[in-house]
Amino acid sequence: MKKTFKLEDLDCANCAAKMETAINKLEGVQKATVSFMTQKLTLEAEDDKFDEVLKAAVKCIAKVEPDCRVILK
Amino acid sequence: MSRKQKKTLLRIGLAALLLVGAALLPVEGLWKALAFAVPWLVIGWDVLWDAVRGIAHGQVFDEKFLMAVATIGAFAIGEYPEAAAVMLFYQIGEWFQSVAVGRSRKSIAALMDIRPEYAVVLREGEEQEVDPEEVAIGETILLRPGERVPLDGSVLEGSGSLNTAALTGESLPVDVGPGDRVISGSINLTGLLRVRVESAYEDSTVSRILELVENSAEKKAKVESFITRFARWYTPCVVIGALLLGLVPPLFVGNWGEWIHRALIFLVVSCPCALVVSVPLSFFGGIGGASRAGILIKGANDLETLASVDTVAFDKTGTLTQGSFQVDAVHPRELEADALLDIAAAAESHSTHPVAESIVKAHGGHIDPARLGEINELAGLGLQAEVDGETFYVGNGKLMDQVGADWHECHLPGTVVHIARGKEYLGHIVINDTLKPDAASAMAALKELGVKRTVLLSGDRQRVAEAVAKDLGLDEVRAELLPEQKVEEVEKLLESGAKLAFVGDGINDAPVLARADVGIAMGALGSDAAIESADVVLMDDKPSRIALAVKIARKTMGIVRQNIAFALGVKFIILILGALGIADLWLAVFGDVGVLILAILNAMRCLLPVKE
Repeated sequence: MKKTFKLEDLDCANCAAKMETAINKLEGVQKATVSFMTQKLTLEAEDDKFDEVLKAAVKCIAKVEPDCRVILK
Repeated sequence: MSRKQKKTLLRIGLAALLLVGAALLPVEGLWKALAFAVPWLVIGWDVLWDAVRGIAHGQVFDEKFLMAVATIGAFAIGEYPEAAAVMLFYQIGEWFQSVAVGRSRKSIAALMDIRPEYAVVLREGEEQEVDPEEVAIGETILLRPGERVPLDGSVLEGSGSLNTAALTGESLPVDVGPGDRVISGSINLTGLLRVRVESAYEDSTVSRILELVENSAEKKAKVESFITRFARWYTPCVVIGALLLGLVPPLFVGNWGEWIHRALIFLVVSCPCALVVSVPLSFFGGIGGASRAGILIKGANDLETLASVDTVAFDKTGTLTQGSFQVDAVHPRELEADALLDIAAAAESHSTHPVAESIVKAHGGHIDPARLGEINELAGLGLQAEVDGETFYVGNGKLMDQVGADWHECHLPGTVVHIARGKEYLGHIVINDTLKPDAASAMAALKELGVKRTVLLSGDRQRVAEAVAKDLGLDEVRAELLPEQKVEEVEKLLESGAKLAFVGDGINDAPVLARADVGIAMGALGSDAAIESADVVLMDDKPSRIALAVKIARKTMGIVRQNIAFALGVKFIILILGALGIADLWLAVFGDVGVLILAILNAMRCLLPVKE
């Protein structure tokens, strides 16, 4: 499953790159991209684990940039 | 500017004033430190706070943490003005970056502002304003002047002109009337139109384009991944370098203050921000700028490849030609030309083949169906038709051979339709596809850009393909190719070391588009399969856009390279000067913020339009 989420207050490009690296290392993630330009997280992960993976990804993001929020729809 | 940005700007102004004030105060020692600590805290409290939070999360190489350490260090060695200034300039850089990137983002969003907000649908005789997603195929929608076409469809009633500039980059309006296709995302300029919806919103042109552009950021260029990888190593290396520089030499030679000062310079230039921001910003700008010209590039990696293309292969029909046939010449042997055309048109009047349609169109007049008797289609040959009580054969040379007519080839290239009455040969009609008006100039433009080889890969006959290649000035021709043979030819070209772009339009071009280094599809308004497998889509089907796309790609790559060389160069020079004790903190601030601002300004040039 592949889903895209909007990121609010993603202020630094280097942080975006760090988030991307961290999320890609998570278990169950097939591919993740964090785009500083479009302020979006695209997460591709196994269907049955998706919610779990997403939670872990949100944590990764908060770790790198505490002010950045993931808009979960 | 967002509220956050405005607030930061105010803080920057306030801190700058306080900094000047502190510099003017005639105080020394601890009082001086305190005087400079005020602007430092005003501008940097959030950085310090984030640094603490970062450390709590184990983010040792966080840029905010490093800035905090650098400025506290500067206070420790008595460089108070520098400490406050480093923090101030750091925030100016961050603010500038946020404003600049926000602005680029907005201007690209504006370019892509083609999303229709609503659709006016006719249901049970009433006009209803609904979300475009709620309209089903087959429903009738109403388009008033000034409204954006919400869904693809065809005109049922009314006529008007459409502005398709947002989709194709073509500023000339397109006139439409009953039966014509309208494309979602274009704007109805005049006239009231009733349109039958032919695709659901998610399959409409507008959603497909938006999806393409929005996803383009996902496909990163090689140079982008390189920079990210580089950044991962750069900061830790510089920080470790700073530690060694600040701790090891003073153990032997003493003078701690001086060495810590040198170490702080390292910390200030330890952020690879200028690179990490400017490279994706350049690609984003390049892709955005291209889409304004009706060139959709699906990813930064495709832009990168496009810049180095040296060979371009073309499909013929629909790519270099318009894909609409017309009668070029009528060569009768016995009858008048009009009479020959009349017979052929009557015989072909029921056929839907494009060649047949062109003959009927050239005839132009009314064909009385009562004149027609039995008609037999002869697959691969043509047809046998009874017209005015006589039997005619209309078709290719093979058919003429079969009926035993005494026929001959035509000296003109093109599709030749021969006509015989029984065994008696009556003559032939030559039909050709018309070249696109800008096809020849497109070839010239590619040559001018230094493209080494242009190759025509056509399924059409050798003579026709050669004539087209000669007219347009292509270097090589491979004709009479089946779709799988086109793939083989492309593979041969790739093996010979070419950086190959293939330009095609049809469904059968899809495998070739996928195989080439860069697949360029014509007809975003046409074949889905081709658009799906292509890397670049030319919205207005104009071959001259290929050269423009290459130009945009090269300009973008040039800017990317300039920024990498500039940012790395300056940083390394400052690191060396800093280690030797020649640089001061002011120079280091330039190496961080100055380089960042210049690199961003340079990257924003990618957004500017490129001349064709």
